[in-house]
Amino acid sequence: MVDNAEFDDIPGTTVFTAERSHQGFHLNQFCMSLMKPENRKRFKANERAYLDEWPMTQAQKQAVLDRDYNAMMANGGNIYFLAKIFATDGISFQTAAASMTGMTEQEYAAMMLAGGRSPEGVRSIKEGR
Amino acid sequence: MAHITAGLTTSHVPAIGVAIDQGKEQSDYWAPVFAGYEWTKKWVAEERPDVIILVYNDHASAFSLEMIPTFAIGCANEYPIADEGFGPRPVPAVVGHPGLACHLAQSLILDEFDMTVINKMDVDHGLTVPLSLVYGKPEAWPVRVIPLAVNVVQYPPPTGERCYKLGQAIRRAVESYEEDLNVQVWGTGGMSHQLQGPRAGLINQEFDNEFLDNMIDNTAQLRRISHLEYLRESGSEGIELVMWLIMRGAMGENVRELHRFYHVPASNTAVGHLVVEPT
Repeated sequence: MVDNAEFDDIPGTTVFTAERSHQGFHLNQFCMSLMKPENRKRFKANERAYLDEWPMTQAQKQAVLDRDYNAMMANGGNIYFLAKIFATDGISFQTAAASMTGMTEQEYAAMMLAGGRSPEGVRSIKEGR
Repeated sequence: MAHITAGLTTSHVPAIGVAIDQGKEQSDYWAPVFAGYEWTKKWVAEERPDVIILVYNDHASAFSLEMIPTFAIGCANEYPIADEGFGPRPVPAVVGHPGLACHLAQSLILDEFDMTVINKMDVDHGLTVPLSLVYGKPEAWPVRVIPLAVNVVQYPPPTGERCYKLGQAIRRAVESYEEDLNVQVWGTGGMSHQLQGPRAGLINQEFDNEFLDNMIDNTAQLRRISHLEYLRESGSEGIELVMWLIMRGAMGENVRELHRFYHVPASNTAVGHLVVEPT
């Protein structure tokens, strides 16, 4: 039996396993539909109606409407698929990443310029390192 | 006979593609990144490879969750540029080398690497950003490209050891192809970065620089790095570095370092770049 429990010991990180892929299948396929300009146009015109065309859970749809990327990942979203949403919104990967950290966009950009987030203390919860 | 003459690794950060497409190469933010590729641009103009076997990962552009191939090789004549949600990058279509690609597919499968064969595929920033970094903005790419896509999106990706061995098999396959071709192998992605969750923005310069050192003369160390260690040390997307080991395996036991570059940051990512030749 494959044990993925070790992945949950890494703070602030969602590892996209086969189970999460199954859970998020329709959410991620919806994201991929945004690679077509006509679909982006329809989505932006009426997000709720466009989402209702997909057999997604209510929690998945609400997370998309709220642009809550952490909630999307908790419901099976994968960041490379979710990137189609913020690309449709005209938002950069850095801005989207910042939104997941609880930092402001400026704070996050400054952290990156200063060398990024140190791995010290965020490697393992149980080992405290 | 076809020969592998050199190997190259580089990050393939999408924001680098945007900077090139918008003409921002000389801005304060981007100039230090592009400076690291000046040497390589001159070098490749002299080397004039015929074919690049370009190892990269698709970012939910060609492969949806309907099917997730671990290793896939492109055998098409041409690869259109993917629309990743903001229109396709304004770069030329990528021209393949079906002759060598079909030979590789057949040789690798018979050598016990069960490749998925791709006859139609759009290519995304993972493949086009490395070409732009090295060749700039040509009217047409002056080289043929064989895309070799590796799954690093859904866990588990292939292990580093498996990737290194695939590289070794690629070398055997290229050297059994009759046409006289100058072939390079490029491994792309990395270095440390995390694009998701509250830990986004992780960069590990110590890990990255040790990785660059070991790419030259201590591959045994790199081949042992577990998925868990990549996740802990190099961020959730640092696992892309396994693709560098395919290039390294294709070089044979010993290499000479021709060029090395490291810079933080490009958007969320540490940029690493190596050029090596087999000795």
